[in-house]
Amino acid sequence: MFESLTNKFNDVFRKMSGRGRINEANVRESMQEVRTALLEADVHYDVVRKFCDDIVEIALGTEVIESLRPGELMIKIVHDEMVKLMGPADGQIYYVKPGPTVIMMAGLQGSGKTTTCGKLAKFMQKGDRRVLLTACDLQRPAAVDQLEIVAGQVGAEFFKTEGETNPVKVARKAVTHARSTGVDVVVIDTAGRLHVDEEMMKQAEDIAKATNPHQIFLVCDAMTGQDAVNSAREFNERLELDGVILSKFDSDARGGAALSVKAVTGKPIKFMGVGETFDALEEFHPDRMAGRILGMGDVVSLVEKAQETFDVEEQEKMQAKMAKGEFTLTDFLKQMRQMTKMGPLKSIMKMMPGMGGQNEMLDSIKGDEVGRMEAIINSMTKAERNEPGMIDIHRRRRIARGSGTKPEDVSGLVKSFTQMANMMKQMAGMGVRERMAFAKQMASPGGMGAMASGGMGKVKGSTKMGKVNKRKLKQKNKRKKRRR
Amino acid sequence: MSLFSRAIQKISTGLSRTRQRFLGGLGSLLTGRKVDAELLDELEATLIQADLGVHSAVKICDDLRAAAKDGRIAKGEEVIDFLKNELKTYWPESDRSISYAESGPTVILVAGINGAGKTTSIAKLAYQFHSEGKRVLLAACDTFRAAAQEQLTIWANRIGCEIITGSEKADPAAVAFDAVSAAKARDVDVLLIDTAGRLHTQDHLMRELTKIRDVVRKQLPAAPHEVLLVLDATTGQNAINQAKAFLAAIEATGIFLAKLDGSAKGGIVVAIRNEVNLPVKFIGLGEGYDDVEPFDPETFVEALFA
Repeated sequence: MFESLTNKFNDVFRKMSGRGRINEANVRESMQEVRTALLEADVHYDVVRKFCDDIVEIALGTEVIESLRPGELMIKIVHDEMVKLMGPADGQIYYVKPGPTVIMMAGLQGSGKTTTCGKLAKFMQKGDRRVLLTACDLQRPAAVDQLEIVAGQVGAEFFKTEGETNPVKVARKAVTHARSTGVDVVVIDTAGRLHVDEEMMKQAEDIAKATNPHQIFLVCDAMTGQDAVNSAREFNERLELDGVILSKFDSDARGGAALSVKAVTGKPIKFMGVGETFDALEEFHPDRMAGRILGMGDVVSLVEKAQETFDVEEQEKMQAKMAKGEFTLTDFLKQMRQMTKMGPLKSIMKMMPGMGGQNEMLDSIKGDEVGRMEAIINSMTKAERNEPGMIDIHRRRRIARGSGTKPEDVSGLVKSFTQMANMMKQMAGMGVRERMAFAKQMASPGGMGAMASGGMGKVKGSTKMGKVNKRKLKQKNKRKKRRR
Repeated sequence: MSLFSRAIQKISTGLSRTRQRFLGGLGSLLTGRKVDAELLDELEATLIQADLGVHSAVKICDDLRAAAKDGRIAKGEEVIDFLKNELKTYWPESDRSISYAESGPTVILVAGINGAGKTTSIAKLAYQFHSEGKRVLLAACDTFRAAAQEQLTIWANRIGCEIITGSEKADPAAVAFDAVSAAKARDVDVLLIDTAGRLHTQDHLMRELTKIRDVVRKQLPAAPHEVLLVLDATTGQNAINQAKAFLAAIEATGIFLAKLDGSAKGGIVVAIRNEVNLPVKFIGLGEGYDDVEPFDPETFVEALFA
């Protein structure tokens, strides 16, 4: 998507070159692709229209045509405006003193309120706060049990009133209870409700009136389509939301709902849920989100994730091994394991620029590859791992049997390992500059290499990327010096 | 008897509400107007806002444009019938029905992403079969989410059907295995298998689903006879990816479109039909176990513009 956007922009401006000034019709034509991209990312129709109009105006005021790369500049304008619209970043929870801080959760059925309550509790407990969860969903069967179990899992306190059928009363009692026991935060989980259900919306208002929450969060499924604006608007009008939490963000949804919801409510998007575990709650980053909606990938997240996961010392050891050509299958397995710690291969690939729209290609990446490789390598003897060359047809058969794979899989793995080891040896022998050139050559046009080379140097995300690269280069330089 | 009259009442009020909204929405959009570029633009906007996606919306509007050009339609009022006819061909009668086992239990595997509405939808189907006089067995294979099995058990008690559960964090495939054995032994008519919600991007969880299907199939070669993907009607374009993934993992046979009682139109099923050819079988319209209807393309088209 990102690539096709850039190409489209460049096409339109190429046609114009030599014909003098940029005019509204030209820019509008080039915006057609942006419109489709946004709609396909589920940004609401009206929001898209307004957004595109604004972009046209901004683009007319800038010297887009003067720029060497008008396409990139247009993308930058679109990206920056989107960041502005979705920002500013505000991942804060505001606590009151004296406590307890009352937080109310609301949302449609199945948006992920109860799971988010657990995640939020875990997040807030980091500051040594005592968190109490209370279940005001008396609608859905076993919803109270669910929250009780969740509270137990994250180590939060839990409050329920046996036999009470009125959620407003439960909420009020919970706050009173919280006050008397001195907890710092009380989180009120409410039943999922449709924004068109008058009775249930009234009930939500009543819960809010009875408990006076300091903050009310709307939990919104990142996969929501055009209707996101309708529900968010209604919830905001009834409850005066303080923020939005996007759930299920670990899916491959482009998440245009984020833009829609922010545009109609004006309320900040605070967090996003990014996994099944309770610590999978992250601050919302408008710039990364903009990149994702435009299919530009999320390099910053990728690099951060990599830095979190990879052990620097370990990496240096590996580098040295590679340089000497001593990289074995055991090391290879270690590397693969570290890779998978970052998440499923597919979701890592998705964060790479230019990969966002390549659904078919992403589909072809099988998540079980790594598991299979691991099984194969584990079925080898130590000698075989150090010297894969010794694996003949008999050994191959034995390894395949041991790992539940086919002999072809074993030889496939050995072959790609040998190729990789050779490539690494080559790269390790190069100077920094050569290595950069080599890496760039490896990356597809417009891919990671092109981004880092400064095609869009002014976009926030890639500036950070630039810094990270520099830091990495410095490390590599140091390492080189040490070797000398 | 009282249940019966309640159902009739529900349907008629539901329909009249649809009708009113329909006349209010599309009526004012189409009545007394020529089918021209302006009207087609507005229609395209309406379709996109109903989550049909750019591609499907443009395709339908192109068809309309062509029809207007060679005189098949001229007046705004004719647009709706044209659309009804067009969309009816998307969902022929045949693929809206349930395929039952020739003999022995009919097994229906139900899957979907987190929060789509699987458990409630299963309760609705169970109630439907139960009230047709069939013997129904539920299998609670969501051993992952807290209190998911309790949730289904409560439904089973309310409806009055049998249920098989497993211990917490048990292998869902093992629970499915037990359920199929029980279904065969107890001679039940329909076995409904509930599974944990999973994002279609989680490969290991999708493989777990394939395993459940394989375990079922091993015990009963023609099973599962239906594999339903529960889809939240508020879902946007990502539903296409969901449909693709569940089709690949367990060969889904149809969609249960849940939560259609909100303001979302569920137009994504048109795009899904276009791209992956998966039909819609049922729609869910509320939180009660009787809030279910077979999918009807005509009402669906009317509701798109309501």
